[in-house]
Amino acid sequence: MNGVHDMGGMHGFGPIPREENEPVFHQPWEGRAYALNASGNVRWFESTSGFRFAQESLPPAFYLNAGYYERWLGVVERRMVELGLATQDEIEARIQQLRAHPETPMPVHHDPALVERAATRLRRGRGPHRPDGAPPCFQMGDAVITKNIHPAGHTRLPRYARGKPGVIHRVHGIHDFADTDAHGLGRNPQGAYSVRFEAAVLWGPDAEPGAVYLDLWDAYLEPAASGGSTELRG
Amino acid sequence: MSGDHHGHHPEPESPAALRARAIESLLVEKGLISTDAIDLIVRAYEQDIGPMNGARVVAKAWTDSAYKDRLLTDGTDAIAELGYGGNQGAEIVVLENTATVHNVVVCTLCSCYPWPVLGLPPSWYKSAPYRSRVVREPRSVLREFGLELGPEVEVRVWDSTAEVRYMVLPERPAGAESLSEPELAALVTRDAMIGVVKVQAPALAR
Repeated sequence: MNGVHDMGGMHGFGPIPREENEPVFHQPWEGRAYALNASGNVRWFESTSGFRFAQESLPPAFYLNAGYYERWLGVVERRMVELGLATQDEIEARIQQLRAHPETPMPVHHDPALVERAATRLRRGRGPHRPDGAPPCFQMGDAVITKNIHPAGHTRLPRYARGKPGVIHRVHGIHDFADTDAHGLGRNPQGAYSVRFEAAVLWGPDAEPGAVYLDLWDAYLEPAASGGSTELRG
Repeated sequence: MSGDHHGHHPEPESPAALRARAIESLLVEKGLISTDAIDLIVRAYEQDIGPMNGARVVAKAWTDSAYKDRLLTDGTDAIAELGYGGNQGAEIVVLENTATVHNVVVCTLCSCYPWPVLGLPPSWYKSAPYRSRVVREPRSVLREFGLELGPEVEVRVWDSTAEVRYMVLPERPAGAESLSEPELAALVTRDAMIGVVKVQAPALAR
């Protein structure tokens, strides 16, 4: 989707805010909000891509104003309601109650099986490789051009890199395809690559010299006639 | 950790803190999440999973050329040799910074980051200014971090748009020849492994 999350190349956000000796979590609630979706037996989303699409689908003004963990919490809250785990009224009533009685102790629930699962999840990630998927269409050094597509759903092809010529830098292998995986339309594993784009191709002749590399799937790419990355296209 | 939530709150809680507490309490009451699983995850990212892990990888690569070769060929496996891997790090590619190539990592679409080696990302990495600007004007961004690169250096920006996570292997600073691997690791900063600064020599690092 062409959302505010797709920020590459935008102007107007100002200088980069930096903080010396920044804590991992600025407030205890940030850590707890972060941990919520890995601490239980709720299957919040079918895939990480689904979780990312839920973030992108938050209202644009909220997305821009909220901090990272507020967005994270916003997704959990919305998903709780969607999955029927709680009603919005229930959540609002609880907020009112805690505001009126901040001394209310937090309920506690201990489940060793869930602790074990959380610990395992920290140590092990599900790798992206799916050897039985469609074999990659391109090899290292191939000239490609990205499609000019504007899907309303989840996509990992940023606006700034659509319709641009580049060169396959590395073949990552066969990976699940985020655009369909996010929507429960199948993992659709296929060739995934690191693709190099010259800065001038992306940003025009006045660009700072250099190159940008993006990780892209076969579904985003078409073969380019030759040496695409050095040509400027309008 | 749950002690944080039982005391009195002299200051009114922020709306986000209240909302987080409301959601956690509802999920706990329904038996859907385990309090101590939350504690475990928070503690892991506060104490065990952070840039000190990546710094160990870098220091080993600086002192062991065979390890460095393995790291640049198959980052995931070489990093696993030191015991690191897992969520958001199942596939890690390591990028070597040299006198002529400078790599810098971003995720313009969200905030993808190699958690097992660098921990959770700092606020600036997740910020709109960094995500919007570094792909278009990397040299200006690096200058804001105090890093001025000559025209002979090629700047490569890596936008983490899929499930591969990137970590930068910074240049080993001059003047650090006599240091042990743990001493070298202490020089390596998070920002150097994202690629927005270089690692400073010991005298400058103090």
